[in-house]
Amino acid sequence: MTLKTTLLASAIALAPVAALAADLTIGFSQIGSESGWRAAETTVTKQEAEKRGIDLKFADAQQKQENQIKAIRSFIAQGVDAILVAPVVATGWDEVLEEAADAEIPVVLLDRTVDADESLYLTAVTSDLVHEGKVAGEWLANEMAGEDCRIVELQGTTGSSPAIDRKAGFEQGIAGHDNLEIVRSQTGDFTRAQGKVVMESFLKAEGGENICALYAHNDDMAVGAIQAIKEAGLKPGEDIKIVAIDAVPDAHKAIAAGEMNATIELTPNMAGPALDALEAYLANGTEPAKWIQTESKLFTSADDNMAIFNMKKDLGY
Amino acid sequence: MSTPSAGPRPSVFKRILPQLVILAVALALNVVVFPDFFHIDFRNGRLFGNLIDVLNRGAPVALLCIGMTLVIATKGIDLSVGAVMAIAGAVAASMVVEGHGWGTALLAAMAAGGLCGLWNGFLVAVLRIQPIVATLVLMVAGRGIAQLVTEGKILTFDNAGLIHLGAGTVAGVPTPILIWIALGALVTFVVRRTALGMLIEAIGINERSSRLAGINSRVLLVCVYLVSGLCAALAGVIVAADIKGADANNAGLWLELDAILAVVIGGNSLLGGRFSIVASLIGALIIQSVNSVILLSGLPPEFNLVIKALLILGILVIQSPRIGNYVYMLRASDIQPQPDRPKPIDHQEKEAAR
Amino acid sequence: MKDVPTPDRPVLHARGISKFFPGTIALDDVSVRLMPGEVHALLGENGAGKSTLIKCLTGAYRRDAGVMELDGQEVDPASTAESQRLGIGTVYQEVNLLPNLTVAENLFLGRQPTRGRFIARRRMNAMAREVLESYGLDIDPAEPLSGYSVAIQQVIAIARAVDMSGKVLILDEPTASLDHDEVQLLFRVIRQLKARGLAVVFITHFLDQVFDISDRATVLRNGQVVGECLLNEVTQHDVVTMMLGRQLEARVQNRDTGRAGKTLVEISDLGKRGMIDPFSLTIHEGEVVGLAGLLGSGRTETANLIFGVVPADQGKITLRGKAIDITNPRDAVAHRFALCPEDRKVDGIVGDLSVRDNIILALQARQGWMRPIPRAKVEEIAQSYVRALDIRLASLDMPIRLLSGGNQQKALLARWLATNPDFLILDEPTRGIDVGAHAEIIALIEQLRADGMALLVASSELEELVAYSTRVIVLRDRQQVRELTGDDISPATIIDVIATEEAAR
Repeated sequence: MTLKTTLLASAIALAPVAALAADLTIGFSQIGSESGWRAAETTVTKQEAEKRGIDLKFADAQQKQENQIKAIRSFIAQGVDAILVAPVVATGWDEVLEEAADAEIPVVLLDRTVDADESLYLTAVTSDLVHEGKVAGEWLANEMAGEDCRIVELQGTTGSSPAIDRKAGFEQGIAGHDNLEIVRSQTGDFTRAQGKVVMESFLKAEGGENICALYAHNDDMAVGAIQAIKEAGLKPGEDIKIVAIDAVPDAHKAIAAGEMNATIELTPNMAGPALDALEAYLANGTEPAKWIQTESKLFTSADDNMAIFNMKKDLGY
Repeated sequence: MSTPSAGPRPSVFKRILPQLVILAVALALNVVVFPDFFHIDFRNGRLFGNLIDVLNRGAPVALLCIGMTLVIATKGIDLSVGAVMAIAGAVAASMVVEGHGWGTALLAAMAAGGLCGLWNGFLVAVLRIQPIVATLVLMVAGRGIAQLVTEGKILTFDNAGLIHLGAGTVAGVPTPILIWIALGALVTFVVRRTALGMLIEAIGINERSSRLAGINSRVLLVCVYLVSGLCAALAGVIVAADIKGADANNAGLWLELDAILAVVIGGNSLLGGRFSIVASLIGALIIQSVNSVILLSGLPPEFNLVIKALLILGILVIQSPRIGNYVYMLRASDIQPQPDRPKPIDHQEKEAAR
Repeated sequence: MKDVPTPDRPVLHARGISKFFPGTIALDDVSVRLMPGEVHALLGENGAGKSTLIKCLTGAYRRDAGVMELDGQEVDPASTAESQRLGIGTVYQEVNLLPNLTVAENLFLGRQPTRGRFIARRRMNAMAREVLESYGLDIDPAEPLSGYSVAIQQVIAIARAVDMSGKVLILDEPTASLDHDEVQLLFRVIRQLKARGLAVVFITHFLDQVFDISDRATVLRNGQVVGECLLNEVTQHDVVTMMLGRQLEARVQNRDTGRAGKTLVEISDLGKRGMIDPFSLTIHEGEVVGLAGLLGSGRTETANLIFGVVPADQGKITLRGKAIDITNPRDAVAHRFALCPEDRKVDGIVGDLSVRDNIILALQARQGWMRPIPRAKVEEIAQSYVRALDIRLASLDMPIRLLSGGNQQKALLARWLATNPDFLILDEPTRGIDVGAHAEIIALIEQLRADGMALLVASSELEELVAYSTRVIVLRDRQQVRELTGDDISPATIIDVIATEEAAR
């Protein structure tokens, strides 16, 4: 696939733009590049567009809604065929979405939804944060197969929706398994450094040998926690099972090294399903569902994690 | 703790006594929520225990507050230290990723931090921009620079030498503890065994007078920002080494505020003047002890900030001048039981009131 | 204490007031009687306890012992607000009003006349005009306070205090920043209040003014009352003797300016545009050159330019025949110049540093930070100057800001003498310090000259300038207008020169 994309990319680079005039032109207003995942999403979106021969006009809003609105207006003025938006906030979109609707340009929301009338956008492609947590919980329940297990949890930033939803999902996933118990839960702010610090305190407060599993709301915290577990003289992945969410390259590497057990992918490929839906809609007017849920794929040591790592490491994570 | 002389002079002890008392109380709170707090054992070749964690996790803020104390003593403030940490971490990581040795990486990171400090010093001392504004520039831009260096991702590395600085041990003691104690001792020694400390205090209290007395305030100002930048760089390298990766987005985030808080808890005035690095370092340990209470308490994270705010508020209230006066009055009222209706004092009591 | 006859019962009678601070007794069994219709001067050197007494009387401090009776009733104000309600109003040297509010608002702040829930502005202005007219002030009360001179602001502050309190008015150094006419304006107001039967407390360093306006005086020394006296029965000399506790030598001694030595500093055409016109000046070892002139005539500017506080834009300085370059104070210090600046608080002391550090500061700065002066040596230098200059302090460790003005000035002199200067510039060395320190500093200047140092002294006190100067340069409008030598040096000639030049323009 990588080879194919590269070839295609060079083909596009070589071919004059006019030769593709018949193809679709799509505007993409991205939030910015505040995280590795966001950077990967941008990369994958560009790859997906290239793969389909779409002329992608990219605009980086640098975390500002007014920049996004400006970008969307400029896309409308250029007469693009469709617009992809990863909205930075939920409110304040009605006016510009109406302008797009008036110009009959379909808008697809990526990654996040907005508080606007459903008729103003074609569809929203997002992951289901609760579902991700649930997959993690169910994996652990399966893995333990009835054995008693004291779990510690590294939460995301307190009050953020991923932290709330991934916690709720995990609790759903382990519901009904009385052998599983969350004994400590504290925020690690989604960062490696805090993940390590908080895990250190868990290890001391509970005693490393009394902890059977760690659930982290993202991989970065899990990677930090792995180091804390190693420094405490325990074997991460064996003495303490570790499951986290996001499937960033370093998590695959850790799974490959046997230091982590599972990760659930928050795919950066929001554009793939979005472009599929757009192409179908523009070709024959097929109305997609208002919400396209991306797959929350589970990766464990059963997968070829090194191969996935090598594929993902250049996406910009 | 970091006073290099053979036993602190009584006045030094008196100066840091309030901080030591607060630290003792903060540690006692830890024991309340976790009775085994003081238990330390030797595990996996390193000292292992909550107290060690407090010393180890306090390292970044402790390092920052060494430089910050000097800057604040000159009536300045350095908001950029958090961002400088991110830059230094990113530089060190990218150096080892490119195949350089850890020594080169450390030097490059320190050079980057030193450059940032010189820049701040130039803005403050030469262009005479207010320190809070001058350092705000780098606080905002610095993180962006760090992201440029790491290309926006967490730059992971596995250079054993560099990692040792953050996650390694020397004779069982985590390296960061040794680094901040050594640096604190070194800087304290330099400023107190030379005239540097007195001259820094002089320009913080009255820069005009100091200049008229022939002090080269410009060079001294640049120097303190340089030291602050170097301290921040070292903290940045340690933080990156600790997680084997440079996280430009999060490394040192908001730590400038913790460093300022440590200096304030250390009893140093934000208006400049007399300073004590040792007291600031104890301030850093107090902050880390408070963090430790929160982590060990097992309360839901929603309470973290509230608890921290309440504890810090309590510490600052206890240190406030008004409470200080009140304590003084309480002591005086042992001699004079009726402060409201003062009776004529005889000579003996007058002596006692001195 | 001498018993002085009193016709009436005192308005305010404070007895046995004591106040302690850690390590010192600020007031020790102090009694004071304020009579209605009298101006009562509170006298004493800096640090004698005048301010502390005032703060105890107005409730700013809690006294540690003693009784206060107001109109025969025992009172115990816990705050300045409460003492104001009781009838004791205070006006400080730095006027405590709000410059951005109008005159009327300042007069009635906190007690504005209202109509419904709104301020009745017109009525307030009318009331303000009425109040101010009774003080002989015809000004627009609707204008912002900042538009008026300090003297008028002072009167407004007095009007507010009297209006709110009306029994006792305390004036703490009210004339410190006023010129002669303004002082007269203030005194007219004080006489008026006296006629109304108010008891006025007047605190100042200017003895002439004390005798001009006051009826009675209480003299404090070291926190204790030395005596109370009716001023028409004593002389200035008596009062000064009470304040100092010893006979003061005649203020103006016979001039013995000795013989000037070798040329030390030659200044030619030194100047800076917009600051001072180019001037030339030669200073020899063992002479004191006085700089005389009115306020703003360029005395301070001359001193600052020579010392490099502000770099000159033309001219040159030679030291012992060699041209030197002075672009900042560091250069000047390196050439063994020294400058005791006019504004002690802003340019001189480093308030929170200990007296010891303040004394050693310039010497240490010249040595550089890498070569600290050993602790023992520091102690020796500081101790020797404390003894030599009779600096009075509890400990060398105390912050210099806690010293009285005279002792601060002596410590600053010590700072520069410690650098062993060849050329010492003193700008207003005796301003705002008490009589005792004053005489000592004059004696010190004579001493240094006799020892062969070159001095340049700028002062507005003509009498003292005349006493110690070998030559006097008279400045006017940022220009040197005349150099006086020998018998020409007298206050009368100096005033003459300033006045003649004025007329010649």
